[in-house]
Amino acid sequence: MMLRGLWKLTWIEIKIFLREPLGAFGAIALPVLVFLVLGRVANRKLEPSSHAGSTFVRVDLPVLASILIAISAVLSLVTIISIYREGGILKRLRATPLRPQTILTAHVIVKLTLTAATLALMVLAGRRYYPVGLHAPLFSFTIALLISTWSILSIGFLIASIVPTARFAQPIGAIILYPMIALSGLFVPIEALPPVLRAVARVLPLTYAVHLLRGIWNGDVWSAHLGDLAALAVVFVVCTALSAKVFRWE
Amino acid sequence: MAVTDLQIIKRPVIQVSGIRKTYGQTVAVDEVSFEVNEGEIFGLIGPNGAGKTTTMECIEGLRTPDRGIISVLGLDPFRQVYKVQERIGVQLQQAQLQKRIKVWEAVDLWASLYRKKAIDAEHLLNQLGLTDKRNAWFMNLSGGQKQRLFIALALINDPDVVFLDELTTGLDPQARRAIWDLVRDIRDRGKTVFLTTHLMEEAERLCDRVAIIEHGRIIDIDKPERLIDRHCPERTIVLTTDDTTAEQRFRSIRGVTAVSCTDGRFNISGRGDDLVTEVIQCLSENRIRVTDFRTILPNLEDVFLKLTGHSIRE
Repeated sequence: MMLRGLWKLTWIEIKIFLREPLGAFGAIALPVLVFLVLGRVANRKLEPSSHAGSTFVRVDLPVLASILIAISAVLSLVTIISIYREGGILKRLRATPLRPQTILTAHVIVKLTLTAATLALMVLAGRRYYPVGLHAPLFSFTIALLISTWSILSIGFLIASIVPTARFAQPIGAIILYPMIALSGLFVPIEALPPVLRAVARVLPLTYAVHLLRGIWNGDVWSAHLGDLAALAVVFVVCTALSAKVFRWE
Repeated sequence: MAVTDLQIIKRPVIQVSGIRKTYGQTVAVDEVSFEVNEGEIFGLIGPNGAGKTTTMECIEGLRTPDRGIISVLGLDPFRQVYKVQERIGVQLQQAQLQKRIKVWEAVDLWASLYRKKAIDAEHLLNQLGLTDKRNAWFMNLSGGQKQRLFIALALINDPDVVFLDELTTGLDPQARRAIWDLVRDIRDRGKTVFLTTHLMEEAERLCDRVAIIEHGRIIDIDKPERLIDRHCPERTIVLTTDDTTAEQRFRSIRGVTAVSCTDGRFNISGRGDDLVTEVIQCLSENRIRVTDFRTILPNLEDVFLKLTGHSIRE
């Protein structure tokens, strides 16, 4: 019932996205290129000397790249929702029997699909150019990334619900999301942060996403990350509930 | 012959009773009541900001009135919004589609949203003159093509009632006339059309009945010609003659209320359907030679001016 129109809308939105001048390049090719370039540079510089360097390339770089993919998906969702609202597209869709949640679900599926496709390309490219993550559990890692993206997407919805105009949606989203990476434990371990920042890091969803992704990449079992999953689920529930309250269709 | 003339028993498909809608301190719509009958083109007319769109969106189930009762096809557009939306077609003012969605994709998507079987999309596109644009992106369509696509989307579910909000705003006169023909076609296929417009000419030429709305209140409702008869029964004949006896003769014509003359150019005002005939008879009986003769009939624009004290463009 609720699914009427979902697959058609999802498919059309994917096609529309790929027709954007920078759509496919910006969302898929660019992160893969950045990943390759960074990987090669880091690999060449650091491999011979330090062990830390190779950890960065083996584990943290893929995790960082994945997080970047997730955030770019979220920002693109925020922008699209704002543009659709400003252009009256959301309102026009709402004047049909299409359920509001179907419209939003379609966009989430589009973003998750793109995230998965980018990740797949990245792994393929990585295998071709240097031996990274060969033994990582890719299927589990993909699931973990999709769960993380799903959770961050709900933050995106909240941003899209609050930010009034399309022009500000993307910058405000970026200002909120990118600094989270700094505190997520990727660059500085959480334990090494000053107490205040540590407290902040503990409430940021990215911290749990990074912990989860890193663990799964390293071969942890899912049961070791129930806390991360619970945290991401709480973020999803809270943000979804909040945006359901404040979301405007026009 | 218009469909409405054939109807003996008119069934209301839309009933609006005493609705009020406020945005903060602003009262957008107040005590609005009217009925729209099956098979007619009903126009809600008034200047921008009069409450036309708010009223229409309440009926479509997109807004909830603060109070009042609305019934569409016997359904409550608030509680039974999906049931209502299954059976209505909607064109919104200033709505857009995804920039890069193709015409056929939009129609195909819309067709999939309804429970009942959609009408033949290719046939519809053909009817609306969009067949050679079926692969074009929405952003590359002209204003008239976009409006025709929106009409297609409003018709795809073979709706019982079609809502058109400021359908021809921003279109050139030629595109406007083409759209009017399309709207008449919709009515002639037995659908009910509810439209809003601030163009009095459009209302007069297209609508079977109109409701005049200003400052959120309905001022009067009737057929355009009856509104004109009721509020502006005066008509004026303008003629030019150098006959010096003319003025006296014009004044004695039955129904004439005023005669004015500047440089042989007469304005003869009066009431009644026979006025023009009477004047022509007077001219011919008295062998008055005229070099110019025009009749000026009042229109909805004049009705609006009479009722509100200002022009609709102000």
